Amino acid sequence: MSYQNIEFTKEELARYNRHIIIPEFGEDAQKKLKAAKVLIIGSGGLGSPSLLYLTAAGVGTIGIVDFDVVDDSNLQRQVLFDINEIGKPKVEAAKRRLAALNPYTRFILHNTHINSGNALDIIKDYDVVADGTDNFPTRYLVNDATLILDKPNVYGSIFQFEGQVSVFNYVNRKGERGPNYRDLYPTPPPPGLVPSCAEGGVLGVLPGIIGSLQALEVIKVITGIGEPLSGRFFTFDALNFENRTFNIKRRDDNPVNGKKPTIHELIDYEQFCGMRAVEEKPTKEISAKDLYNWQVKGKKFKLIDVREPSEYKIVQIGGELIPLATISEHADEIPSDLDVVIYCKSGVRSLRAIKELEEKFGFSNLYNLKGGILAYIDQVQPELTRY
Amino acid sequence: MATVIIPTPLRKFTNQTARLQVEAGTVGEIIDRITLDFPELKKHLLDQQGGIRSFVNIFAGDDDIRDLQKEKTPVNNSTVISIVPAIAGGKH
Repeated sequence: MSYQNIEFTKEELARYNRHIIIPEFGEDAQKKLKAAKVLIIGSGGLGSPSLLYLTAAGVGTIGIVDFDVVDDSNLQRQVLFDINEIGKPKVEAAKRRLAALNPYTRFILHNTHINSGNALDIIKDYDVVADGTDNFPTRYLVNDATLILDKPNVYGSIFQFEGQVSVFNYVNRKGERGPNYRDLYPTPPPPGLVPSCAEGGVLGVLPGIIGSLQALEVIKVITGIGEPLSGRFFTFDALNFENRTFNIKRRDDNPVNGKKPTIHELIDYEQFCGMRAVEEKPTKEISAKDLYNWQVKGKKFKLIDVREPSEYKIVQIGGELIPLATISEHADEIPSDLDVVIYCKSGVRSLRAIKELEEKFGFSNLYNLKGGILAYIDQVQPELTRY
Repeated sequence: MATVIIPTPLRKFTNQTARLQVEAGTVGEIIDRITLDFPELKKHLLDQQGGIRSFVNIFAGDDDIRDLQKEKTPVNNSTVISIVPAIAGGKH
């Protein structure tokens, strides 16, 4: 429903009076809030304040995704709940509290674990998403789903005393699209290196601050007032009371919406984040002799050398030099529709490069030169310099 | 000397120091210096090939060094370097 057709009752006008009398806000912005559909993913630490404020502010439709039940240990920071709700599903407890706060808001409950199978279906009918989840696989899942569905994603994240906020995938008035989570953090940390809040803890007030900032940005995205935090990344250190706002940009090598996307649908995010043992797929290999046959037969393929420039100077066999450490940055130059042979000195670094490219970008056309350039010299061109 | 802001999750490796003063000409030299002074920082900042991990962002002033000259980004006495690793908490 277009916001222009929204009408308010006398009671609503009275309730939202403190919004409507702000000249930059007015009745128009209030109508946009009532017309909007916002999805809050996670109704815990961050979701509690953002749900309370967005409901109070008069958002017309709010969806809540959570599969958890209220636990006593939640109450240290999840101010949406109280001791009467312990053991009950969070989405239902949240609705009871929120419906009592604003009878003009409609709530849609998704009492489920959001995953690759249901995320698109859950998100598709909403205008804006606010991500307040608690783990890396869901962060990347929500990010990719909002990219695929072309929705802005208001991101907030916390750990111990630190908070982060940004607005991802936001298209401004000029039609320019802002960066997203994969531009900011291309890959997640390996499991175990960064503890979760459940293991590392969080100061209870912090999600109150960061979740409220998310609610603020949701309201700005919906109403168009001010400048949403797109292309910028806000960090807050509660201990030192320091905040910084950094500039962030889109990246050409973003696998979902960069120059050469390799991810076109939702993937297995547990696997992407290394949470589940990946079945070892054997890497395709090619022998030096077979490579030589490809070359003399004039087969169309690409040859890549992942050694260091100093080694390349000693001897080379015609591959394009992309040192292993820079392979991901150059992933967009590597064809995915053509056989690609990757080699190094003896075959170890090239195997690592292939694993990296396959895991990060989903390549399936890469061959490792067995025994590396040394095997090639031995079997094909013994006149070349060994080192 | 440039100032390096250490995020709270990594302060346990810098004797709880939040700000380090480092004499260096580039971001790369700063990383070398602080990982030498605080060896436990290394596995959190650098991958096995010695590159900066892709879940750790380093900002010189307000800008991501990936948008500047990466490790070769020059620094001076007034440069503030911020290390900002990915965090994922929110629901629990």
